[in-house]
Amino acid sequence: MAAAAGPAWIRDARHVQLAILALLLAINLIAVDFGADLLAAAVAVAAAVATQAGCSRLVGLPRVEWRSAVIAALSLTLLLRGDALWVHAVAAAVAIAAKFFVRVRGKHVFNPSALGIAVLIFATDHAWVSPGQWGTSAWFAVLLTLLAAWVLHASRRTDIALFYLCSHCGLLLVRAWWLGDPIAIPLNQVQSGSLLLFSFFMISDPRTVPDARPARLLFAVVVAVTAHWLAFQWHFRPALYAALVALSPLIPLLDRLFPADRFEWQAPATEGTPSC
Amino acid sequence: MLTPVRGAVLLAALILLPSSAAQAFCGFYVAKADARLFNKASKVVVANETKGINDHETAITMASDYEGDPKEFAIVVPVPTFIERKQIGVVEIKTIDHLDAYTAPRLVEYHDGDPCYVPDDTMMRATGSAPRPAPSAMHAPERYRGVTVEATYDVAEYDVSILSATESDGLANWLIDNGYRLPDGADAVLGSYIKQNMRFFIAKVNLDRMQLLGRGFLRPLQVRYHSAKFMIPIRLGTLNASGPQDLVAFLLSPRGRIETTNYQTVALPSGMDIPLYVKQDFGTFYKAMFDHAVAATGMRAVFLEYGWDMAWCDPCAADPLKNSELVELGARWIDGDAPTPFRGGRGGYSSVYVTRLHLRYDAKHFPEDLMLQETPNRDNFQGRYVLRHPWRGEADCKAGDRYFDGLPDRYSREADTLADLTGWDRAAIKTKMEENGQPFSSQRAGGFGAFFRRGLE
Repeated sequence: MAAAAGPAWIRDARHVQLAILALLLAINLIAVDFGADLLAAAVAVAAAVATQAGCSRLVGLPRVEWRSAVIAALSLTLLLRGDALWVHAVAAAVAIAAKFFVRVRGKHVFNPSALGIAVLIFATDHAWVSPGQWGTSAWFAVLLTLLAAWVLHASRRTDIALFYLCSHCGLLLVRAWWLGDPIAIPLNQVQSGSLLLFSFFMISDPRTVPDARPARLLFAVVVAVTAHWLAFQWHFRPALYAALVALSPLIPLLDRLFPADRFEWQAPATEGTPSC
Repeated sequence: MLTPVRGAVLLAALILLPSSAAQAFCGFYVAKADARLFNKASKVVVANETKGINDHETAITMASDYEGDPKEFAIVVPVPTFIERKQIGVVEIKTIDHLDAYTAPRLVEYHDGDPCYVPDDTMMRATGSAPRPAPSAMHAPERYRGVTVEATYDVAEYDVSILSATESDGLANWLIDNGYRLPDGADAVLGSYIKQNMRFFIAKVNLDRMQLLGRGFLRPLQVRYHSAKFMIPIRLGTLNASGPQDLVAFLLSPRGRIETTNYQTVALPSGMDIPLYVKQDFGTFYKAMFDHAVAATGMRAVFLEYGWDMAWCDPCAADPLKNSELVELGARWIDGDAPTPFRGGRGGYSSVYVTRLHLRYDAKHFPEDLMLQETPNRDNFQGRYVLRHPWRGEADCKAGDRYFDGLPDRYSREADTLADLTGWDRAAIKTKMEENGQPFSSQRAGGFGAFFRRGLE
């Protein structure tokens, strides 16, 4: 799946992700307001990069990998809402710190931004997510899909994004069929920008997804089923993030059951150097 | 024969509102645009106290635009749990109208000071009877398969039944045989609710008791329950509608703003200066602006008209609500129910934050019920439109010249704003402005004195 051709910078999926997240933030600020805020973005980015730098120093990494920190911070900005700026700072710090300190056999357990969202929502009374604020304009969903497809092309192992989207849509369709609801209802539920962000930027984070393809498929289906159970039985609004975070500890188990090669962001430039 | 299932949220609401204008720091309040402006508008008040991540204590009060014969009136509302008699009540329509007036989009006006003395625009700141025991599982004939009348209650002027069902056919038959006329497509929607373990709250008017109570109109019904589901059911209401309808939802919460999670909640444009002639008919302006905003979002958004702590307002579009009124509307978490103005409570959980949402909906654009979410967001928002009266006196000085020279541009901007907000024709707006004392040429001081002064300057 990796894009083999093109200039060096584009071969690193993180650059493409950064560009897309920045574009989404710009769209939010200029055209369709889905609630992100420039100041919150700045605070989240600053907190994420500072945490990344601090943790890198603490564990003795030779350089600060700022790109993934900024990606996590921008994802947080686009999805998390808080009634104070510190919410964004703490979420970003939690997200990045977990990358360094919650690891199993050298691999992150949690997707940083999903963990930041879940921790802030459960632990404080100041954070929430607004899944409906993206609007359901078809064009916007298409736009995001196209952009995200680009990421999919530029990064490896992101097949899980499609596995997840298919499982999620499939479950919505089955539910609508079982209830006898018109197709307009699952269509309304699917046309959400936050679902696309979740699929293409969170569950498909190559640093956390299971290593083997069958394990990724299984994980996507289990997260989708859990998210539906939380959303429709518990009427829990941040169901996607809660399901992903709650099930992420299963990934080391899946990697043991389905062994495969570990992912690294690019051809290892510095041999034997651990990264975060 | 009773009329169609009037849907989830409906009742009549045409009571005159107090029209006294209140003065406040944030401009002089001059007019409001309450829900009476809109045809086919229902009002619903939802008071929500979140007790846990999936536990909401909800009171939902429904007021429809129904103006027909009371004996033709009936509602069917899906409810998530069994409802006991003590969980049902009636609310005075005037209480909902008060909340409507209090949260309505408002027009305010400012008067410019004398430009010769005021250096710049500092103004630019912008009962029922005892419950009857439930008939023990009235086993219906085959035709009513799966339908259980779980309880029947006398509630003031209404006869209320709580039904559960396992099959939509049986439920539809029961409703039809009991005099309800079901619109096309009702079977499928009822079936969907049945599978989601919803029960049905069914009310029709008891004419004898209505006469006995001496009431000429139907009061809004209130249902209170604990549930994981936090939503406003709108699907049944779209079935027999002859076109798009308006719903104004007043959402009360101790925590903060309430938003829809399956539709976009958009704040209406607010705070802008508009031409002075709008004062003559603020309602027409507001309707046109709302229509324009609905069209701009493809009729797929829910609009925020007001979001504010109930303890204060600025400017106030009506007198503050009393504790007793808030409790009547379901905000039972506040300190006391005395008939004194609500001033907020001690500690976060005795406060009341009100969110006013307005949507125009039909089955095509709003296929799902409105799923709600309470957030800690306590930012203030109000639909507020500003009239800025120019200085009408003499101003024979350099600053006065600058002031009067600047007015045509300001008027042009107001005309542009109004055209953008409503889609009205710019030229027609400008003509009306000129007719109403907002000319597009400078009215600077004339005469020999001014001529002489300018020569010296």
